[in-house]
Amino acid sequence: MAFALSPERERELQDILTRYPTRMAATIPLLHLCQDQNGWVSEEIIQYVANKLDVPPAHVQGVVTFYTLFNQKPVGKHQVWVCRTLPCALRGAYGVIAQCEKKLGIHVGETTKNGKVTLRTAECLASCGTAPMMQVNKEYHENLTPERIDAILTKLQES
Amino acid sequence: MLVRTDYLTKVYSLGHSLDVYERQAQGYQAARKVLLTMTREQVVEEAKKANIRGRGGAGFPMGIKWSFMRPHPTKPAYLVINADEGEPGTHKDRTLMELNPHSIIEGCIIGCYAIGANVAYIYVRDELHLSKERLWGAIKEAQAKGYLGKTPFGKNYPVEVYVHTGAGAYICGEETSLLNSLEGRRGEPRLKPPFPAQAGAFGCPTTVNNLETIATVPAAFMLGCEAYSKLSALHHIADGGVRLYGINGHVKKPCVVELACGPTINELIYDIGGGILGDKPLMAVIPGGSSTPVLRADEVVDAPDEKSPMHAWHGKNVMDVPLGVDTMRGVGTMLGTCCVTVMAEGTDPVLAMLNLMQFYHHESCGQCTPCREGSAWLDRTVQKLYDGNGTTEDIALLADIANNIMGNTICAFGEGTAMPALGFLKKFKREFEEYATGTRTKAQARLTVD
Repeated sequence: MAFALSPERERELQDILTRYPTRMAATIPLLHLCQDQNGWVSEEIIQYVANKLDVPPAHVQGVVTFYTLFNQKPVGKHQVWVCRTLPCALRGAYGVIAQCEKKLGIHVGETTKNGKVTLRTAECLASCGTAPMMQVNKEYHENLTPERIDAILTKLQES
Repeated sequence: MLVRTDYLTKVYSLGHSLDVYERQAQGYQAARKVLLTMTREQVVEEAKKANIRGRGGAGFPMGIKWSFMRPHPTKPAYLVINADEGEPGTHKDRTLMELNPHSIIEGCIIGCYAIGANVAYIYVRDELHLSKERLWGAIKEAQAKGYLGKTPFGKNYPVEVYVHTGAGAYICGEETSLLNSLEGRRGEPRLKPPFPAQAGAFGCPTTVNNLETIATVPAAFMLGCEAYSKLSALHHIADGGVRLYGINGHVKKPCVVELACGPTINELIYDIGGGILGDKPLMAVIPGGSSTPVLRADEVVDAPDEKSPMHAWHGKNVMDVPLGVDTMRGVGTMLGTCCVTVMAEGTDPVLAMLNLMQFYHHESCGQCTPCREGSAWLDRTVQKLYDGNGTTEDIALLADIANNIMGNTICAFGEGTAMPALGFLKKFKREFEEYATGTRTKAQARLTVD
């Protein structure tokens, strides 16, 4: 079935388009809407976005490959991003990463076999005062302790 | 000198609604006064007196930036707010978006009026979902009250504010890269000139202000801009007002705090941060985000010349110099974002540099060869030393690579990579040599304090 935005997201897109003097400006917001719905940005979505906004597919492809947050291949149901940059590293981020890898049984950049969790490291997420931290889907978890990390990951694997 | 203030942070513990902002913090009175009683020119002249140095890191005077905007016969103007907070060590703007979003919306109304814009875009990094939600909530509340829209406060001067999101690219905090990203393009920096005031967003005259810069504008106009500037211990060198200061890394109580401009790093570490973890001695600090060169605990200000602006602090420890745009330049680093990263004695400086070089390698946009190749080469070479496979020639090579990035790129990311690299190499020469000669190995290297 060809990709199309859900009616609710389609309405959101129409609202987004009123904010800018060009249609191209909606490229990133529309890609976010598509990825929210589909989990990743497929070639079909690139074509869809290009048609919607009257821009060349090559333009959309260029945008997708530039930005870290657009997934260019399928990912797990839940996204875990552990901040690894210096202020977090000074407060134990490397230990957080090691604990996540051990608990999930995967390395950074991989997805668990059951497709539940993709583990990645992030560059500074502006939580240096509450380090170490990780982002799970759209939520920040700050001032992490080994016990909290364990609880968060257990919940993800069960959901 | 440490002076606590609460112009931006008073509502942090009270709530983020419009009601709280109006009742507890005189919210929207400054915007009302500006729109109903002042001309655009008067607003810009008044703003200059506040001596607000840009809070994003470069420290450019905000009022002067506003004065660059000239009405264009056919093109609209735009105000763009940079909330792509991502400089490692920086965690202040997020607190404003989450806990005092209306100060930002009110600042946008005043800013739009001052530069002749009817639309403001707040560019928020995508990861900050709560920040975006709070900003949209504040926009909706302000619209419902008639503070935004066709006639704010009854004045025939339409203002709309929109939140725009990125998609995870540090470089989009660079203003021209941010503008490309806002237009729906790859976030690659543009050549300047033309500067944004001539051709910015969508080819139109544009002012890009940091989020904290615009959030502090209502307080300045409420108080009177000159009085606001005088709150600062550095008013006499045109560095005015109050700021958010962050303290992170090896301190007991990391936090964000609002202070009059001009506290010292020692005051931030010991009076605000509660001292160093394990009561260890200080090794070094990164004063304002990872791009600002590191300062060692034993550095002393060397300014014997009485004419030097730094002479007042001659012979003092750098940690006892007030944090200001020009004072930090005077000690060979930068004020940056005013968020201090503290490293206790025992931290491995080579591993710290490796961590940062991995960051710059990952975040270089790839447009300019010296930065794209240089950042990767720096990363690989520090890794080689850290792994015990380096030689003293590699230390010289690192400096050579960094020096060849400096000044050879379109945007300041190149300097932002090279300067901290050169800082670590110069100030921790002994540790790099120990790695090169094998007297120090990664088996003992640590970044944490136990």
